[in-house]
Amino acid sequence: MSQNAITIESLEENLKVLARQRAIYSVLFIGAIIFIVVSGVGVANQYNAGSFTRGVENFFDYPADLFSDAFEAGWGWFGIVLSFIPALFETFSAAVFSTVVGASIALILCPLATINLSPNQVTVQIVRRTFDILRSFPELVFALILLYLMGKSIVPAIIAVTLHTIGAMGKLFSEAIENIDMKPVDGLKSVGASWYQIICFAVYPQVLPLVLSYSLLRLEINVRASTILGFVGAGGIGAYLTASLQWRYGDEVLAIMFLLVATITALDYFSSYVRHKLIGKISA
Amino acid sequence: MSITVDDRGVSFQEIYQSVEKKAYYQKLITLVSIGGILLYFVFSIIQFDLGSISRKWSPDRASRLFLDTYAHKDHVVMNWKDTSKISVNFEGDYRYQYPSFPEWLERIGDGKDIAILTFNSGSKAIFRDDKIIFEQSKSEDRKFIFGIGNNGKPYAEAYDNDGNEKDLPNWIRVTESKVEVRPSLYERIQIYKRKVEVHRYEFGWKYFWFDFFSPLKDYSLPEALSLIFSNERIEPDKTNFELVFSEISDNEQWMHGTVLFSILETLLMAVLGTLLASLLGLPLAFLAAYNITPFKFVRFSLRRLFDMLRGIDMIIWCLIFVRSFGPGLFTGIFAIAFTDTGTLGKLMSEAIENADNKQQEGVKSTGASTILQHRFGIIPQIMPVFISQSLYYLESNTRGAVILGAMGAGGIGLQLLGAIRTGNDFENVGYMAVLIVLLVTVMDQMSAFLRRFLIGIEKN
Repeated sequence: MSQNAITIESLEENLKVLARQRAIYSVLFIGAIIFIVVSGVGVANQYNAGSFTRGVENFFDYPADLFSDAFEAGWGWFGIVLSFIPALFETFSAAVFSTVVGASIALILCPLATINLSPNQVTVQIVRRTFDILRSFPELVFALILLYLMGKSIVPAIIAVTLHTIGAMGKLFSEAIENIDMKPVDGLKSVGASWYQIICFAVYPQVLPLVLSYSLLRLEINVRASTILGFVGAGGIGAYLTASLQWRYGDEVLAIMFLLVATITALDYFSSYVRHKLIGKISA
Repeated sequence: MSITVDDRGVSFQEIYQSVEKKAYYQKLITLVSIGGILLYFVFSIIQFDLGSISRKWSPDRASRLFLDTYAHKDHVVMNWKDTSKISVNFEGDYRYQYPSFPEWLERIGDGKDIAILTFNSGSKAIFRDDKIIFEQSKSEDRKFIFGIGNNGKPYAEAYDNDGNEKDLPNWIRVTESKVEVRPSLYERIQIYKRKVEVHRYEFGWKYFWFDFFSPLKDYSLPEALSLIFSNERIEPDKTNFELVFSEISDNEQWMHGTVLFSILETLLMAVLGTLLASLLGLPLAFLAAYNITPFKFVRFSLRRLFDMLRGIDMIIWCLIFVRSFGPGLFTGIFAIAFTDTGTLGKLMSEAIENADNKQQEGVKSTGASTILQHRFGIIPQIMPVFISQSLYYLESNTRGAVILGAMGAGGIGLQLLGAIRTGNDFENVGYMAVLIVLLVTVMDQMSAFLRRFLIGIEKN
């Protein structure tokens, strides 16, 4: 009995110490966050071209300008929206093309980057490091250099986005392949299948739904990326956006923004719908 | 006659046929989809005019540009009219003129030769009053003579060891007004009607720590650092410590101070943006979850708010904020914070709705208030998801902040854009690209470490 009481007391003591420690950590953590926010905002305010308070006051001015411009255009605004659809299509198909090419190359390379399938470990390291380098270079750096070299067109954007896609997808695919069920692989090995046959008939069928769902997700990201690259000179709808912004055609800016938001939202819904279907297929 | 397999009377033949048929269709589908992709490639190649790459892509320009990222060059210029003056400029910039000849350029007082320039490969260019003699140190040991002919046009001649005239190799291009000689990437001689210009490339970044005008330009970094501990002042009105660091950060060519500050700006943009997004997103997510908030109207409007914040892309937020806050950090911070509040809010409200309610009931059974129920019943369950998602967004926002910078939010993205647009500072472009990759990699590693540290070992 007395022994029990001592244990409970000491436990409570322990608990109190732990609780105090926890409280100290929490306070430190919250303090650090507040410090970062406050000092960060201070630094930002110091080096920002405009001041924070004025910015907050003016926040709605620009959207209001855009809408009033669009309102002045009247029904013609819808005509403006339609006139930008070819440019949107160019950006969109650039994104589709780079996603398809990037995903195909990544899919071909990634069996070489997985430990459980690759013919030798040196290739694993080489291919993985290549993926890492391609992934950590922002598309913008590639694209700006290529734009400088090749002149203004959408081709540099396609190359830049494709390279980045290879890196990002290669990593995801090789991780997916690492987690596959090895039984089909062993089964094919036991009947004397070649490495190529094992990859084609035991590995790819298992990861295909995941590959498709990642590719859809990537397509969404790539549409944004190619818009941004258009903004720095790679053509497509981004280029029109820069021009309209510089000429201050509010109705055109709003039309492009509307098209972009509509495209991205539609893609978002479409890809999440398809992904749910595909993932349902995986778990079934 | 068929062999009956089971009671239902399905024959072996039928099963075999159906399996065969299925395999056939699968094969067909695979072939058709691969064919479709190939067809799409052909279509795209025509649509984007990908054939134009080969026309636009000049390997010359690309290799020269790549060379510029890791090597530096000195220009040696001699005017045909006044051959006594030979100027040597670093990177061809008129401000960076060497006061005296470097050790690879030897002036010879008497005789016909004026000066001898030795390239890195051992090849030599001998300057004379009326011509340049280029001696290659390669195995063939050939000799070339360039100069201005009697008709006023530049000419080029090639000789072998025995002094017999030979055909010009393909790296010498002769036009009406110019002879362009490029025996290797590291050597270049241009002969114009008025002057001759020799470019001598050398591997590495010169004046990386201290610029051309710095009093410390002849010191290497360790030497300069050891100066800090010596008492002798180089500049009387500054301590050596101050001098070394101000010279490094004010380096005119590499702009270490500005570049580092830009990197910090970009980092600040990403960190503050993500932090604000998670600080705003978590409470809003609670309000948008049906097992927390009973009011349907609040939930519905918050959901639509999340959709709007998420749907309007980061680029568009950036454009809107640039107008109100001006180019600078706030633009980037708010663009990131707005987009990610939407994303995190949506993700977290889903996580809260999927949380196991047994814990909450357990806390409730002890008589705890609603707030305490949420604090101890739900928050511990969603915290790992919240932390790992926030860290993932921090990673991707570091990349995003570089891009936002180029669109007007400042930071390293803007510096990079500027360096590329000017077009002749490709060593700076390379330097910044390396720094950006380093920044992204460090942030990736750090967030992976924090994830492991805060929520234990991940699934893999």
